[in-house]
Parts: sequence; C-alpha cells; structure tokens
Amino acid sequence: MIHSLFLINSSGDIFLEKHWKSVVSRSVCDYFFEAQERATEAENVPPVIPTPHHYLLSVYRHKIFFVAVIQTEVPPLFVIEFLHRVVDTFQDYFGVCSEPVIKDNVVVVYEVLEEMLDNGFPLATESNILKELIKPPTILRTVVNTITGSTNVGDQLPTGQLSVVPWRRTGVKYTNNEAYFDVIEEIDAIIDKSGSTITAEIQGVIDACVKLTGMPDLTLSFMNPRLLDDVSFHPCVRFKRWESERILSFIPPDGNFRLLSYHVSAQNLVAIPVYVKHSISFRDSSSLGRFEITVGPKQTMGKTIEGVMVTSQMPKGVLNMSLAPSQGTHTFDPVTKMLSWDVGKINPQKLPSLKGTMSLQAGASKPDENPTINLQFKIQQLAISGLKVNRLDMYGEKYKPFKGIKYMTKAGKFQVRT
Amino acid sequence: MIAKGKNASELFPAVVKNVASKNIEIKKLVYVYLVRYAEEQQDLALLSISTFQRALKDPNQLIRASALRVLSSIRVPIIVPIMMLAIKEASADLSPYVRKNAAHAIQKLYSLDPEQKEMLIEVIEKLLKDKSTLVAGSVVMAFEEVCPDRIDLIHKNYRKLCNLLVDVEEWGQVVIIHMLTRYARTQFVSPWKEDDGLEDNEKNFYESDDEQKEKTDQRKKPYTMDPDHRLLIRNTKPLLQSRNAAVVMAVAQLYWHISPKSEVGIISKSLVRLLRSNREVQYIVLQNIATMSIQRKGMFEPYLKSFYVRSTDPTMIKTLKLEILTNLANEANISTLLREFQTYVKSQDKQFAAATIQTIGRCATNISEVTDTCLNGLVCLLSNRDEIVVAESVVVIKKLLQMQPAQHGEIIKHMAKLLDSITVPVARASILWLIGENCERVPKIAPDVLRKMAKSFTSEDDLVKLQILNLGAKLYLTNSRQTKLLTQYILNLGKYDQNYDIRDRTRFIRQLIVPNEKSGALSKYAKKIFLAQKPAPLLESPFKDRDHFQLGTLSHTLNTKANGYLELSNWPEVAPDPSVRNVEIIELAKEWTPAGKTKKDNAAKKFYSESEEEEDSSDSSSDSESESESASGEQDEEGGSSDDSSEDSSSEHRSDSESASEVGDKRTAKRNSKSNGKSDSEDGEKENEKSKTSDSFSADSGSEEESSSGSESESESEFESRKVAKEKEKNKTKQDRNPLTKDVSLLDLDDFNPVSTPVAFPTPALSPSLIADLEGLNLSTSSSVISVNTPVFVPVKTHVLLHRMSGRGLAAHYFFPRQPCIFGDKMVSIQITLNNTTDRKIENIHIGGKKLPMGMQMHVFNPIESLEPEGSITVSVGIDFCDSTQTASFQLCTKDDCFNVNIQPPVGELLLPVTMSEKDFKKEQGMLTGMNETSTVIIAAPQNFTPSVILQKVVNVANVGVVPSGQDNIHRFAAKTVHSGSLMLVTVELKEGSTAQLIINTERTVIGSVLLRELKPVLSQG
Repeated sequence: MIHSLFLINSSGDIFLEKHWKSVVSRSVCDYFFEAQERATEAENVPPVIPTPHHYLLSVYRHKIFFVAVIQTEVPPLFVIEFLHRVVDTFQDYFGVCSEPVIKDNVVVVYEVLEEMLDNGFPLATESNILKELIKPPTILRTVVNTITGSTNVGDQLPTGQLSVVPWRRTGVKYTNNEAYFDVIEEIDAIIDKSGSTITAEIQGVIDACVKLTGMPDLTLSFMNPRLLDDVSFHPCVRFKRWESERILSFIPPDGNFRLLSYHVSAQNLVAIPVYVKHSISFRDSSSLGRFEITVGPKQTMGKTIEGVMVTSQMPKGVLNMSLAPSQGTHTFDPVTKMLSWDVGKINPQKLPSLKGTMSLQAGASKPDENPTINLQFKIQQLAISGLKVNRLDMYGEKYKPFKGIKYMTKAGKFQVRT
Repeated sequence: MIAKGKNASELFPAVVKNVASKNIEIKKLVYVYLVRYAEEQQDLALLSISTFQRALKDPNQLIRASALRVLSSIRVPIIVPIMMLAIKEASADLSPYVRKNAAHAIQKLYSLDPEQKEMLIEVIEKLLKDKSTLVAGSVVMAFEEVCPDRIDLIHKNYRKLCNLLVDVEEWGQVVIIHMLTRYARTQFVSPWKEDDGLEDNEKNFYESDDEQKEKTDQRKKPYTMDPDHRLLIRNTKPLLQSRNAAVVMAVAQLYWHISPKSEVGIISKSLVRLLRSNREVQYIVLQNIATMSIQRKGMFEPYLKSFYVRSTDPTMIKTLKLEILTNLANEANISTLLREFQTYVKSQDKQFAAATIQTIGRCATNISEVTDTCLNGLVCLLSNRDEIVVAESVVVIKKLLQMQPAQHGEIIKHMAKLLDSITVPVARASILWLIGENCERVPKIAPDVLRKMAKSFTSEDDLVKLQILNLGAKLYLTNSRQTKLLTQYILNLGKYDQNYDIRDRTRFIRQLIVPNEKSGALSKYAKKIFLAQKPAPLLESPFKDRDHFQLGTLSHTLNTKANGYLELSNWPEVAPDPSVRNVEIIELAKEWTPAGKTKKDNAAKKFYSESEEEEDSSDSSSDSESESESASGEQDEEGGSSDDSSEDSSSEHRSDSESASEVGDKRTAKRNSKSNGKSDSEDGEKENEKSKTSDSFSADSGSEEESSSGSESESESEFESRKVAKEKEKNKTKQDRNPLTKDVSLLDLDDFNPVSTPVAFPTPALSPSLIADLEGLNLSTSSSVISVNTPVFVPVKTHVLLHRMSGRGLAAHYFFPRQPCIFGDKMVSIQITLNNTTDRKIENIHIGGKKLPMGMQMHVFNPIESLEPEGSITVSVGIDFCDSTQTASFQLCTKDDCFNVNIQPPVGELLLPVTMSEKDFKKEQGMLTGMNETSTVIIAAPQNFTPSVILQKVVNVANVGVVPSGQDNIHRFAAKTVHSGSLMLVTVELKEGSTAQLIINTERTVIGSVLLRELKPVLSQG
C-alpha cells in the first residue's frame, strides 16, 4: 500500500517526508517535478504519475502537494481519498493546513501520521479517535506542557477504536447540551449568453455540530425527504432506517462532522436566484473595449442576497481595465488577468453595476471568446431546494438538549458565459 | 531530522536507550526513530527487542497491539522467528484489536522474509475465520499481499465476509470488495448470458418455477443466479451511499464486473455524485466513466449535463469530460452537444479547444446524420485566427473527407489556399495528402500546389517533405504532362536530403514511377499502388482498449499493467461446486444423509433442474452457517464425545433445530401455498391440515429412527423435498395427471426452499448492523439476546402477506424485525417487503380499509407513489395486537386494485426482551405463582439440552431476553408483553435423564399457555 508520503510546497521543496515501509529515496520526487514543470499550472499536474519502480499519487490542496509513493497495484482512489483525509485531519487539528503550521507542529504531525497508517494500510482515520490518542495543540496546553513537562499524547489509550461506534468517544460530558445542524445548499449552474440555464443542479450538505453528553441516539426527519435524490451518509447513519422510513437515525460523533450530503434530483427545476446582465465587446480596430456588467436578484423567495463576488478571467490581450463600480470594490491583476469585484449585498432598488473600458494590446487581434463570469453569493435562511427539517428527537439520554437548525444557500460552481 | 530526510543514524545508541522511557511521547518518538533506522543498525536495534517482548504480554490490549506493531515494523531479519511467534500468539488473542494488528504484521513479515509464506498462510487462514469486523479488512489485505491466488481459503468465509461487509471500516471495505470481485469472477457463472436470447427458451421451461422464485426474490432471473452471487451484489449496494469515494468506486466496479447487465445502472448516479468531489477524485472517476460509457451509453445518458465543461476545470478534467460527452453522443442529443462544443472551441485554453475539434470529428464519424453539419462547422473554423485550432481542424477534416471524398471538391480547394498560411507541419502534411489523394478532382490546383511546394521543399519539415514526395508521385502518374519536370526536380532534392527516410523514399519512388528498362513488373502497378482506395481511418476513443483492466485499479488509470496487478479472470463456463462455500460440518452431514440414496437422488435432481440443487445446498448451508457462527465452539466439544454417526446426526439435527420453529413454519407456508394452488376455499382447513402434518411428521420421524433423536427434520425435510422432486419427475414422465398437481408440488418445493434460506432475504444483511447499533446504545430492550461478539443470526422468518398471483403481480411479505416500534410503544413493528413482479409500474400502493378486532390499532406506512417493475421496497408498519394472537386484517390497495390481507402474529413476537438479574427474576417469579403459572414436562435427547441449543430454540420462537443463571441446569428468560407490559418469565429446568420442566409465569395466562404450547414441541423435537 502506501510506502511513503512527501509534502512539497509550491516552490518545489520537500519539507516533510514519512515512510511506513522501507525508506524510499526522495529522489523519486524528481519525476514529480518533471511532471509539474510540464503541466505549467499546479492544477494540471496529473494525479497519477508512473515512474520505473514506483507510482506517485498526488493531491494538491492548500498550495501543498501531498505525494504518496506506492509500489504495487492499489485502487488509486483509495490512496487519493486517504490523502484528502490526511489534509482534513491536519485542518481539524491546526485550524489551517499550511507549510509553516505543519513545520511548527512537526512532532504532532508525525505522531498523527504514524497512527493513521500502519504498514501503509489506514488504521485510525476518524478524527475523534485520533484526538483521543494525540491531543491537538492549543496555546493553553503548550504553556501547561512546558511547565509541567506533560505531553500531547493522550495517556489513556482510546477505547473508541474497539467499540461498535468507532466514531464516538466514550464518556463525553457537557454542561450545555446542544446540537446544531446547518443545511447548506450549493447551486452549480452554467448560464449561457442569453441568460438561459444550460445546466443547474443543487448539491447540499448537512453539517452538524453536536455537543451532547453520553450516548445520545438522534433521529432527524424531513418534511419532504422525497426531494433528496442521491445521498451519501456519515458511517453513523443507519442505512436501513433511511431506506424504509426516510428518517435519519444515528448516534452522532462528538463535535463537528458532515452528517449527510445530497443531491437534489435533476428533474426538479432549479430556481436561479441571480441574474447577470453583461455587455462586453472588443473592437477589432481600436485598442479599447467596453465592459459592463450588472447583477440583480431573480428568484430569491424574498431573501436578500449577500456576499456577492464576481470574478472573471480576462483574455490575455487585455492590458488593463479602468472600471467604476456603483458599489463595492474591484481589483484587476494585470499579470494573471484576473478581475474580481466584491459586491456585497444586492439592493433590489439599486442594482450594482460595474462599467468601464478595457485597454487592449495594440495590434493584437480580438479574442475569440468573451470571458466567463464566475459568481459567488450567499442567501441566509433559505434552502433553495425547499428542503425542510421536520423534527429532531433524541433517545437514550434523559436531559433536554438545545437544538438549532440553520439554512443557507450558496453558489457552487456558478458560471455565466458571455 | 527524520522528517527532513537527514541521516540521524549516528545518534542511534543514544536514542534507543530511551525506549524504556516512561513518557509516552518520548516512547512513541523513539519507536518512530527505531523503525526508521533499525535496518541500518541491526545489532543495536536488538537491544530494544526485549522491551517489546515484555509489552506483548501486557494486560492492556492496546499496549500489546502497539508493541506488536513496532516489533513487526523493525526490519531486522534476525528477529523473524520472534516475530513469527508474536504473530501466532497475537492471532489467537482475545482482543480483536490485537488480532487486527497481527494481520498487519503478517504483511510486514512477508515483505521482510518471503520464505515464511507457508506459515503465514496458516495464520491468515485462521484469521479469515475471525468474525470481528475489525479484523476482516486487515486480514483480507494480508491475504491479497501474501497469497492472492489461494482462493480456496475464501470459500468458507465468503458468506461471512459478505454479511459483515457493511460494518467493516471503510478502508477494509475497499479491499474486501476488490477481492470479492475477483472471487466472484472465478466462482460464479456469468449473469450476462441472459442477454443472448437464451432467456426465452428458459423462461418457458421454468415458468412455474420462475414464479415462485420471483415471489421470494424479485430480482432473481430465470437463469438462476447463485444465491451467493446475489448475496454479494445485494450486500454491497448500501455502500454506494458511502462518503468514501474509494468505497463507492469499488462497489461500482464490482457491479460493473459481476452483476447482471440490467442492474449496473444504479451505480451511475453515485459515480456522478463523486464528480462534485476534489479534482483528483474527479480525474479517476471520469476515467472510469469514460471506459464504461464506451460499452454502455445508456448508463450515463441521463446525466449528460453533469459532464458539461466549466471554464474553471483543469485541462485534464476538461478533456476527460469531453471524451465522455463524445461517447454519449447519439442522434437524439447530438444537436445540443454540438452547440455546447461550439462554446468549447472558443475556449481560451487552446489545448482544450483542439481536443474539442477532434471530438467533433469523432461525433461526425459516429453519427452519420450530422457529418455534414460538423464538416461545415469545421470549415468555418479554418478561418480561425489561432493556428493550433486551424491545424487541428485540417487534420480532422482530412479524416472526415477520406470517408466520403466524392462531394467535397470545394473544401479541398479552400484548404489548398490555406496552405499558404498554415505553418503547423501536421496540418500541411494533411492538406498535401488530401490533394494528392484527390488530385483528379482538382486537376487545376494540384500541379500549382506542387509547384509551390517544390519551391519551399528544403525548408519544410520532414513530415511535409514525405507528403510532397507522395503528391509528386501521384501527380506524375495521373497528370505527367504538367508535372513531370516538377516531380523530377523534387526527387532530385529529396535524393540529397539529410534525413535518410526521405532519401529512401525518394529512391523508392524514382524506381517505381520513372520508367526505365531495369524497372521490373512493379512499375506497371505503380498507379495501383499509389492511387489505391484507402480505407477511412476509424476515429476511436483512447479508452477503447482499457476495458480489459479491472475498473478502479491503478492499471486502468495508467493503461499499463502495474506491479502486482491481478487479472480479472473470465467467467467460468460451468460454475465450480457451490458447496465449497458451505461450512464443513454440513458437508459431513451431506455425505451421511440416508445411506446410498443420496447419490441417486442427487443425480435425479440434477437431471431435473440445477437450480433446485443449488437452492437445496444453499438451504442446508445457510442453516449450517448460522449455526456454525453462533455455536461452532459447542460443536467441537460435542463432536469429541460421541461417535461418528451420531456426531453427524447431532450436528445436522442441531443446525436444523436451531431454526426449528422455522420448520413448523415452513410447513405452514407449504400448506398455504398448497391450498392456494388447489382451491381458495380450503383456507379454513389450513389449521387442521397443519397440525395433521406435523403430527404425521413426528410419527414419521419416530418410526424412522427411534433410538437416536438424530432423525430430525432436516433429513426429513430433505427427504420430503426429494420425494416431491421424484413425484414431479413422475408427473413429468407420465404426463397424464392433471397439471395442477404438478404445479402444486413445484410450488411446494420452491416455497419451502427459499423460506429456509435466510440468505435470500434482506434481513440478515440488516440485522448484524442493527444489532451492533443497538448494542452501542446499550439499550436494555435491544432485540437480540445472543452474546455481543458473535454476529447473530436473528431468526427471522418471513411470511407471505400477498402472493403475487393473487396480487396481480404485487407480492408482499412481512417479518418481525423485533425492534421496538417507532410508531408507538404498544405496537409491534412489522416490516413489509413489497415486490413488483409485473413489467409495468404499480402506482399508489397504500393501506386501505382496516378490519381490526376491538382495541387493536395500526400505524400504516405512507403511500408509495410508484414501484418500478422488478423493484422492491420495504416499509414498516406498527400494529398494536393488544397482546392477543387475533388476526389483523386490512386491505392493501394499489391504484387499480384492493387486496384483502391479514397478519396473524406468532405469540413470541408479541414480546419485548427485558434484562434482569437472577434475583429479580426469582422475586418476580415468586409473585406470579398459582393461577399465573403454567408448566409442562419435556422429553428429549440430552444433546438437545446444551445451553446453547436451548437458548437458540427459545430465542427462535419468542423474542425474549436471557437472564444470567447461577445454576447450570436452569435456564431463564424474561420478556414483557408489548401492549400491557406485563412480565413473561420462562424457565427451563433440566432434570435427570432426558426430561426437562418448562415453566412459564405471567399475568397474561392466555398468552402464557399459548407460548407454552409453542415452545414445547420446539424444545422436545429436534
């Protein structure tokens, strides 16, 4: 299985290596650098690179390449999924996953990696268990540790790994018992030039933050479970109950976790909450182009659209842009040709717009294609698919927990072609 | 320092000393260090070994485990024997966690010293038998690493692995699924044959058979899939919902490789879901989809739009999506696709634009309707400003024109003009070739082009030069008057070229076309050689050849064979003996079955139909499986004490008696179906008949073997089934009887088999996980009573609620999941499985009018909007039976029809198990004497009175909880009734000889006596 792991930063330095079997020389990464060079952009580095004796499987996240070295046939998704899990774990431990943070916590990182894999086979990947084994560093604990000489390594060995509910720690205690659920939906859409929708779908997740004492057994039911077309669950969810009754029944892990992600069936028409009016034109002869976009609300169910952000990758021929927004701020990076406009809230009475001119490279021909516009936005207190949680019940424990549910709609991969 | 890759080995002795440190963090870091450098400093590493050896004996399981982990990670050959010993010990450890680590250690040891293989295989074999979900994943991994070809080790554990699969941790699931895919490909016959038109013949022949099978398992196909094969497919299905992409992919490839073609469709939805994931996951998944979509367009067609390209996707994702879009293109969607492609062509990512053009070319060749449209579109692109785009278009146009050269003179002319502006060599070469090929159609232009090219010959790319030579030769042959001189000039230039390929070609052409006296026969054919009709190239997907690799593997991704890739074998022609998957004990029993008769009968049966045999064996095996799982320990102990034959008989008997209640039930079912078959009016007589049969049956068994109690239902029932089979045969050969009787016997047999085949039902799959969940909850009311670690076979029988014949294709079965009902705490929860056996949708299934006795209540399920053909759905209802065994009648309605159905609960299902201490039990019992006590004496063979047998029998009949007992000869069980919550105390007290006293104390004397009546035959009988 996984032989070794190399962490490579964006400038091409290997800043951490870990081996689970015999040591693989870091020169194996040369093949990776070669591929990286060929790909020009970090995004384009192929995830699987064959070398004469090894295979390099890499994952690119937070500007760091996580390169796993394997020697024999293994399902590539197995490795990739695991690498992502490693990144998630780091993020969970340290808040962010970046080179300086990993370097600062190298001991913890090493211990965590040691626990996650044994001989290249995943051992403990549930962050609940790992946290019991190795406590995440906090400022307070570091201070205490330096004074008392104690360590981050948990002194009692975890029991969770042995139980039938490996995702939950035993003996959890809270004074305030609370369970919060966030229903977050993302709209993926491609809107064509004329404003009609080419494809649109809704992907949703329910993230939970559960802080409950003991071993609570929760059930969560929906008003309209029929909406959910395709779902994937956290391992804690009892599949059969869902199959037969469309009820989520589970013993939650402690803390934050993703309970479920779902897909709203494509048959349902997706309401597109915003529209973009655009007129971008390049003229063949002159070195000036006109640029104008306006963003407005469409089907918002009476909610305000917030956090609107417009980005667009301009063609190479554009030298500079002089634009004036009616609200918010905008920037244009002449090197990457990236235009971004932070709009903020949309006021339906006064639609935000961005107008101005582009200066083009003299003599260059006009670009074939107008740039696509990527849109970000947020709508609080609305699940665009209409999904509603009916009720949340708790069994198995006596106390009354505090329950809360929040809805939010966001733009996922929302593109407008112009 | 290790992390930075520096060599820290000189510090070795200093570090190793710390291994005995008390501080856990230091200890762990020393371990890391040790593992890293032990190989280089072997002698010094040995110093630490003794510490680990001590730790291996630690009472804390986790310390034992981590000691084993580190010990096995130290790659020092000298300690191989120590490791071997440690692994052996650990594999027998009580803690599953330690056993898991032992499985990991096996791989490490194997890579350190492959000579230990044989010994390691032994350990693997032992660990494969392990029932813990913790161990399963790791041991299969070890199996894959050490001895992937020893498929024989899997046989006996196959069913267990399938059933455990859902509860294994996610990484283990991936490994197990991959292994099982390979296994299934070697052990089962292909389910794909049904597509070959065999179906029709078979259907007629098996028609009546078929109906019955469909009744129990909707999806079973007429070609009779091995139930084990089905088991695997069914048990992996829930995993498609996993959050782990690797698991989903593993299930997808399993479905792709081993499930019947009609069922593969369900994976596409899940795969499309994965596309939302990270870029790397997308990449792999898209590759696999690309391969699949070549063979099965239909699968992904509904998701066409999910593959539309976004401008922010990385290039590799874009090209893969494009590939899939091409594969999915057909007459219906091509126009939308082409519109989409038009946007792509304009993309700023030129590499992607070029790929799009190729794609358009492929669509054009594949779908003849749009060839012209595509061609026109491509010609428009020729005026594009970007050179790569133009070049790519030229190449594609060339390929397209080659297919239908006749009518496109205009385009060729246009392209000839382009020759002046294009600089990309491939495109230039393509144009030249095209002109040469069609030089007769453009007689004016061709020589002119040649003239231009001759002028620039020296500065051209090699590829272009070769095409110039070709063009020259072709023109020379067709139009020598105008081009003779030009060609000779070019040939002269070519003669002195730097590239030897060109010099070679020049010489060859000169010899061939320029007539001189030496030139032989060949020159006569020069024209034919050069101007032969060339077949149009096929534009194929690069993923075409990938399907011979197993999907989801590294080899598939790379399209080369990776190290250690294991070929997926082809389906065997004939299925290897399915009985190998049965657990040993039964094989013995089978050999033993009624002397001499077996073989003949088997042969006879085989002659009749194979499906029966299969089902039969699965029948016995499933019994044996459940039994061996829970009581295998018992078995051995027992076997030692008695002689051979009685061992067999007892084991056999036990396997059956365990599901003894089932036997009774099977009989009922049988009767039911029989009477159904005969006439519906006989319903009233059912009761009588049932008791009669059981009477005559016990008399039968008594006479057959009086001395030992080993005669028993299993053999008996086998007998009967055989009889039936024979009878059938008779019927068939004689063909004089009324066909109805034949039908009846067929009904009979098939009904009987599946009912006793728990494997064929969804419930066992669910029960272990449910139980695990419930255990995790520490619910005192949890349904199962059997001890925690063994995967329990909850004795679930299903009952027919609505037969598919009477339900016009809608079949319904129900069973008691023995869970506390969620609808109300006085209700008994019942799960109803609805199957649609028709070939059209059944809509709006709901419960209509209810005819319930006084006081009874029922919580109905939500109406089901529609049920797909061949589909099945499980719903749960709750019925408050008021602690009586009265029948609950209600109507099951569809859009068009209403069917009267009824549920009569066995008394044992009206209970909920409770746990209490022995003291409490006695106290309660003391309060429930006199009127409230009923008792009876049971007589049976001593081997029926082992604790486990009694436990199983009682639990089988009634949903009761075990009360720990201080005395060996008294077994106590406690439950409360669902409705009133009154206690129900069951005591089995073993007496001298082969008698026992069965006492039931309860306030609800009616139920108490009914339960007594039901328990008595079960306990006394085999």
